[in-house]
Amino acid sequence: MGSDLLSTQLSNLTTIAYFSAMVMYIAFIATKSNKVALVATFSALAGFLIQTGAIGMRWYESYALLGSEHGRAPMTNMYESVVFFAWCIVGLYLAMEWKYKYRAVGAFVMPVAVWAMLWGQMSLNKSIDPLVPALQSNWLTYHVITCFIGYAGFAIAFGVSIMFLIKIGSEERHMKEHGNTPMGGVLGMLPPTRVLDDYNYKAIMIGFPMLTLGIITGAAWAFYAWGTYWSWDPKETWSLIVWFIYAAFLHARFTRGWAGRKAAWLSILGFAATMFCYLGVNLYLSGLHSYGGV
Amino acid sequence: MTETQKKQDVTDRIWDFFCSLKLTIILLLLLSVTSIIGTVIPQNASASEYIRRYGQSNYELFVKLQFTDMYGSTWFVALLGLFCVNLICCSIKHFPRTWKFFREPVKVPTSATLSNSKNKLEISSKDSMDEVVERVQNSLKNDFAKTVRTDADGKTYLFAQKGIYSRLGAYMTHISIIVILIGAIIGNVFGFKAYVNIPEGGSVTHVTSRDGSQRIPLDFEVRCDNFDVEFYPDTRRPMLYASDLVILKDGVETYKKRITVNDPLFYEGIIFYQSSYGPAGDATITFNATDNQSGETLEFSAPLRNRVQLADGYSVIVTDFTDNDRNFGPAMRLHVITPEGTHQNPVVVWQNFPEFDVRRGGQYSFAMLGFNQPYFTGLQVAKDPGVNVVWAGCIMLIIGPFIAFFMSHKRIWVCIENNGKAIKVQVVGNAHRNQAGFALAFDDLMQKVEAAVNNESPTKEG
Repeated sequence: MGSDLLSTQLSNLTTIAYFSAMVMYIAFIATKSNKVALVATFSALAGFLIQTGAIGMRWYESYALLGSEHGRAPMTNMYESVVFFAWCIVGLYLAMEWKYKYRAVGAFVMPVAVWAMLWGQMSLNKSIDPLVPALQSNWLTYHVITCFIGYAGFAIAFGVSIMFLIKIGSEERHMKEHGNTPMGGVLGMLPPTRVLDDYNYKAIMIGFPMLTLGIITGAAWAFYAWGTYWSWDPKETWSLIVWFIYAAFLHARFTRGWAGRKAAWLSILGFAATMFCYLGVNLYLSGLHSYGGV
Repeated sequence: MTETQKKQDVTDRIWDFFCSLKLTIILLLLLSVTSIIGTVIPQNASASEYIRRYGQSNYELFVKLQFTDMYGSTWFVALLGLFCVNLICCSIKHFPRTWKFFREPVKVPTSATLSNSKNKLEISSKDSMDEVVERVQNSLKNDFAKTVRTDADGKTYLFAQKGIYSRLGAYMTHISIIVILIGAIIGNVFGFKAYVNIPEGGSVTHVTSRDGSQRIPLDFEVRCDNFDVEFYPDTRRPMLYASDLVILKDGVETYKKRITVNDPLFYEGIIFYQSSYGPAGDATITFNATDNQSGETLEFSAPLRNRVQLADGYSVIVTDFTDNDRNFGPAMRLHVITPEGTHQNPVVVWQNFPEFDVRRGGQYSFAMLGFNQPYFTGLQVAKDPGVNVVWAGCIMLIIGPFIAFFMSHKRIWVCIENNGKAIKVQVVGNAHRNQAGFALAFDDLMQKVEAAVNNESPTKEG
């Protein structure tokens, strides 16, 4: 069900655009051609705009299908959340690319968005169902938006951390042999590690406050729906685990011996925990967030 | 080394341990790793449940390690406590240094600051000292912040700063966590979590604590006039759970509200949440019985499993009903009892298909008209006097990191002197965070200052 909707067709186009953007970003690292990079950015931007339309369309379709009383923002089941995740990643990535101009980062960030779109489009239930009473709350929208912008920040930090770890070994060797000269080769296309380290930090600086907001809006919602703002439900606990890890990351930056490689690993660990919080909890653990039946 | 020195050395080391950032990082990682346990092992389940899942010996181990109520265990609470101590110590250690920026701002730059600063402007002017000072003052006041003037060694120094409060962002974040925990403790000590079931039309003056251990009296009476459950058309997907609640104080109705799942009732600090529902007593079924020979139809309304007399000594009994039989809608099961006392075969009758039973033949045919199932509403009841403290902490936890990450303390110093040939103006600036961003803003600002000093654009007066 749901594959005949216009919004679903638009999401298919989005997937194609994101996929080409990913290929082009990788090609950019290989070819060092700025034209290729420009095509990559345009594909990503086109995909983002189409997806913005797709999300708006699905919102509209929910009113058309369910009636004016039961329409809702498209953020209520696994499919809607995973494509929204992709939208947040690409949107945030494009904003950061526009601000910091490091296009090679796209090659490591776009794959996450492409995976999210492919998984959503190919194997999740796309039907638009009305909301059960527990989900009929304005907090739902605030909670989902804040959480997923947070997750998107962490996804970008994750891609950048992988780049950091790929780059740092050869950069250190290069520094030893050639001193402070520009690096050649494919790895030379990756930004210097001190830039990547900073980029990692900046992405988490966006992700962390948004995750905090996401946890707080979730707590507020839980209070208005169940009377407890915190009940150590697996989802809540895992979001706190993610929060702890990134809090550790942020403090690690001020501590000698914890910057650089360790910070990059912490960022990767944080994203792994984020993904478990998002998907693993629904698949392996029981709790209140049962929307994610896959 | 004397005894007191040694003692001081030990206390210093303990203090440093509690203040250290390394401890913070280790505690954060320890908290995240240990928190996993409670997401894998079900919490606060019954002993038999644990034994069934994990076996007797594992269960005993869990009890010893307090894994069955992990988040309330001594060791986890101790870990959280240590985390708070660490937070507080860190803040106490670093605060005096921060406070100095407020109490004793450096108004006169050192020569090292003047010469080593990355953000620097040097210009000179042929106009008089007083004019130049005033122009710089006005320019900074208009485009940055009000200046403080210090005259020393024949030079004039100006100092201006913005965003000094951004230095408090980290403290606010740290305090917010303590505030949230205080709110949580207040809620745990002075509040309660309970539940109560009220049948439609019934009322209660007590609720039961969530673990079932105690009955908590209320200062008022809660009555449930009506409970509604609605489903989306043609589905089993629930659309609405709602209870019409009335609060009675000394027998007088003082407050009424229809609560739904995301819209609870607040009264005197106690909150009632729609949580569950269930049947309260037997349903009453309404149906038509038609005598197939005479064609006479009579309407009956009877509770479930109550025998209903028909004509000629026949009777009928509805044994079972459902509000939805395999998506065909409401249905009932009944059987006819002959005058001889023989129970005939059970028959299923669907409300939405009244003509079906006519085709069956037999003495009587039946049509279901409806049912009335009395319900009870299941309410979660909570009193949490600490919740507003928690929300206050949450707001601080949102604002704190925002200030800490995205705002910075920017300072600008100006040194103006007459070196005999001209008036020399040196401007330097720094920001304690986001230096790259500040460098751009500084360059912008300096263009304006330079223009002002050269009197290129008319300086705004006042």
